[in-house]
Amino acid sequence: MKERRIPAIKDGTVIDHIPSRDTFRIIRILNPQEFKYPINLALNLDSKKMDSKGVIKINSRFLTQSEVNKIAILAPNATVSIIKNYKVMEKIQVKLPEELVGVLNCTNPVCITSKEIVISKFKVLREEPLEVKCHYCERVYGKDEVEIKR
Amino acid sequence: MNFKGRDVISVRDFSKSDLIYILKIAKEMEKEKPKLLDGKILAALFFEPSTRTRLSFESAMFRLGGKVLGFSDEKVTSVKKGETVWDTIKMAERYSDVIVIRSPVEGSARLAAEAASIPVINGGDGANQHPTQMLLDLYTIQKIKKKIEGLKIGFLGDLKYGRTVHSLAIALSFWKVEMCFIAPDALQMPEHYIKELREKGIKCHKTSDVFEVSPKLDILYVTRIQQERFPDPLEYEKYKNAYRLDITLLDHIKKELKIMHPLPRVGEINAELDDTEHAIYFEQAANGVAVRKALLALVLGKEK
Ligand SMILES: [Zn+2]
Repeated sequence: MKERRIPAIKDGTVIDHIPSRDTFRIIRILNPQEFKYPINLALNLDSKKMDSKGVIKINSRFLTQSEVNKIAILAPNATVSIIKNYKVMEKIQVKLPEELVGVLNCTNPVCITSKEIVISKFKVLREEPLEVKCHYCERVYGKDEVEIKR
Repeated sequence: MNFKGRDVISVRDFSKSDLIYILKIAKEMEKEKPKLLDGKILAALFFEPSTRTRLSFESAMFRLGGKVLGFSDEKVTSVKKGETVWDTIKMAERYSDVIVIRSPVEGSARLAAEAASIPVINGGDGANQHPTQMLLDLYTIQKIKKKIEGLKIGFLGDLKYGRTVHSLAIALSFWKVEMCFIAPDALQMPEHYIKELREKGIKCHKTSDVFEVSPKLDILYVTRIQQERFPDPLEYEKYKNAYRLDITLLDHIKKELKIMHPLPRVGEINAELDDTEHAIYFEQAANGVAVRKALLALVLGKEK
């Protein structure tokens, strides 16, 4: 299936090169229920760069830096394009920072971050496959285990 | 090397040269230095009771001429009423020069270090870290064997949940050693540790049969199987008696093998081994004082 079958958008954001299986998780981080305009989503698309990719096209909305950073957690090779009047105005290669501050929840029930008001901090041990470590309890999480704050 | 003002929270905070330096200072601390920390106050904040760790820290501070204040059970403090670790530290740092914190909540010590402007030493944070135990284990090995390089070290017992084993293995991996992990499959060393050790060039071997590897070991580090770490009590029942070492072990070891244990034991090592030249676990515990003296002096910048 060719990507061009997804309708082009006039203004908004296109997130490309998402691993197919993570497309729904990415949509969920962005709180789509709060969007006022249509979102087009496709997955299981052929890709030269990866096995099978997903694409999300969001009409009339631009992402914040913090949203772009969250995308990087699940899709370190994604590209985010800003579209204005059907033209790509800017192409952002997402980048995972070395440290994720206030982005993830530690799901360890005996971690201090679940007992006291502490800003969570995770060190990125590896990008792919993702491995992050809680700065406090030192527990290591993989991609399927991380809980991204909404 | 300058340790003044540093926190001691996790095995991950140390380089090899840090460890070598701490061991060197610990050796010097075997001597009496009754005035070294004169006028200094240690706040020992024990949010859960731990007699051994607390007594060892208190002894270390008193032997260096310092004083200790604190509490040793959260029931007697306002912590139960909801006072946070953060607030407790903000209060305690005004009364003391160095803090030791012990808590069942993982990451408490790291948070305490961020709250405090004075050095914080982790006296154990749940299943996470217990760096002074790791250092006294390392010190004991070096003291008894006169070296670390080239040793063959066996770990026996609960290697899955046992934090002392994880920390000690990581610390030892700075040296070229060989490690054998002896446990039932369900309690084996987590795979990510094995992977990390192998990436550092450590030869690792896993088995459930202690006699398979014991003849070549220099150190056998035994841990107890801790009930509280098991999510399922039935699992615990299945494994609690997995290993019970007794004098039959003597037919399967080198003359120089030393047996270590972080104590307390609950039957993993029969008392009949205590009087053999292999048992060093009581000496190991006693080494905790020299190591804690060294750490207190180091973080207060008074080791010389
Ligand atoms: Zn945590």
